[in-house]
Amino acid sequence: MSDTQSDNYEIGTFRVKRGLADMLRGGVIMDVVNAEEAKIAEDAGATAVMALERVPSDIRRDGGVARMSDPVMIEDIQKTVTIPVMAKARIGHFAEAQILQSLGVDYVDESEVLTPADEAHHIDKWAFTVPFVCGATNLGEALRRISEGACMIRSKGEAGTGNIVEAVRHLRSILGDIRKITQADAAELFQWAKTLQAPLGLVQEIAETGKLPVPMFCAGGIATPADASLVMQLGAEAVFVGSGIFKSEDPAPRARAIVEATTHFRDAAAVANASRGLGEAMPGLEISALEVKLAERGW
Amino acid sequence: MLSSLGTKSVAVRTPDDLAGIDAIILPGGESTTISMLLESSEIFGSLNQMIGEGLPVLGTCAGMILLANEVSDGRRDQKSFEAIDISVRRNSFGRQIASFESDLKVKGLEESFRAVFIRAPGVEKVGDSVEILATVDSDEQTGVPVLCRSGPILVSSFHPELTADSRIHQIFLSLIK
Repeated sequence: MSDTQSDNYEIGTFRVKRGLADMLRGGVIMDVVNAEEAKIAEDAGATAVMALERVPSDIRRDGGVARMSDPVMIEDIQKTVTIPVMAKARIGHFAEAQILQSLGVDYVDESEVLTPADEAHHIDKWAFTVPFVCGATNLGEALRRISEGACMIRSKGEAGTGNIVEAVRHLRSILGDIRKITQADAAELFQWAKTLQAPLGLVQEIAETGKLPVPMFCAGGIATPADASLVMQLGAEAVFVGSGIFKSEDPAPRARAIVEATTHFRDAAAVANASRGLGEAMPGLEISALEVKLAERGW
Repeated sequence: MLSSLGTKSVAVRTPDDLAGIDAIILPGGESTTISMLLESSEIFGSLNQMIGEGLPVLGTCAGMILLANEVSDGRRDQKSFEAIDISVRRNSFGRQIASFESDLKVKGLEESFRAVFIRAPGVEKVGDSVEILATVDSDEQTGVPVLCRSGPILVSSFHPELTADSRIHQIFLSLIK
C-alpha cells in the first residue's frame, strides 16, 4: 500500500486506559440515575456521566444492599449521550465489573458507595480492557489501588452528605504525603512504603515525579461552585459530583455553574458569577451524625 | 512538551489570553464540553477570526472535531471553526474498550510514531486542499486518515500529547512562520 500505513495494533494498554482519565482532566463527571438526567448533565457541559441506580444520598437514606445498576438503564444512558458513560461495581465484585465491560461502559468505578462484595480483596483490574477508577482516603490506599491496576484515583470524601470536609481531609492527606515523600532521602522511602503499606516502586516513582502515576480527581460532598473551586485549588484534577446536582432545588443551572467554576477555578470573579441565584443546594449532613461512613469501606 | 522544544506556552481560558500568541493547540477532551466553554468564555468569536486570518492550529482528537468542516454523531449545537476540509465522525472506532495504540508511518518521519487513540474520531472524507500524513488500520477499518494538514492547520485523531515523542509537535512548530 501507500506511504502511510500502521502496525502493532493493541487495545487495553495502560496508556490507553489512563489516556481517557487524562482527557477528563479539568472537567466535571456527574452522577445520573436515568437518561433524562444524563441529557441534562451533557447539556450542562459534563465531560462524562456516572450511571447508578440511586444517588449516594438516597442510598444513605434507604439503607440495604446497594448493587450495580440494571443494564437496561445503563444502555439507555449510552444511547442518549455522546460523552463517556461510567458505571459502578461493588468493591471486589469482579463479576459485576465483567458485566459492565461487556456493556461497553467507558470506565468502571469500583466504589465504596455500593455495598462491598469482598472484605479483603479489591478487583484485579489488570485483567480488564475497560479502565477502572477507585476511591482513596490516603496515599497508601491510592497506591494499593494503582498497584491493582486502577488508572484513575478519586479522593473519596463522604458521598451523599453535601459536606466537603471529608473530601478536603482526603485530598490534603494524599497530596501532603506526596509532598513529604519528595523531600525524603532514599533510605526513608523504604519506611514510607512500609507505613503506607504500598509497593516500594510506586513510592520511589512519586519521590521522583512529585505526583501520582495516574490522574487524581475529587469526589464526595461537592455541592456548590465554590466547593469545586476549593478542591481544584487544593490539587484535584477534575471533580465528580454525585447527589450535589440532582438533589438540589434546580439541577440544570447548578450543573452548568459547577462546570464553569471547575473550568475557571482560580478566577474568583468567575466562580462568584457562577454562584449567583442557584436556589437551594442539596441539604447537607454533619459527618459526626452519620451512622455509616462510606469512606471507611475499602482496604 | 512544548518547553522541551524551546517554545513558550500559555493556557488560554479567557479572550485576553489570546493576545500575542503565534499559534494555538486545541487539545483532547470532550468536544461537546469544549465547544460550550469556548462560547461561554467568549473565546470562540475572536479565535475564529484569528484562525480565518491564518493562525496555525494543532487540533488533537476533540481539537480535530472542532476544526473540521463537517462532523457526524455530534450534538446539533456543537460549534466548529470549519478550518479544514474534512468530514469526521465522533467516536468512530467505538467506545473506550475499543481505544487502542498503534505504530503509524508518518509522511516525513523516518521512524514510526506510536500513536494513542482514545474514543477517537475518524476522518471519513477529505477535500483536495488536504494532505493526508498518516493513516491507521483498525480491526474494522483500513486506511483511515488520522493525521491531516491543510495550510497551517494540522489535525490528528490520536493524542501526541500522551506520549513522550515530540515529533508531531515539531511538525506543527515547523508550520509557524
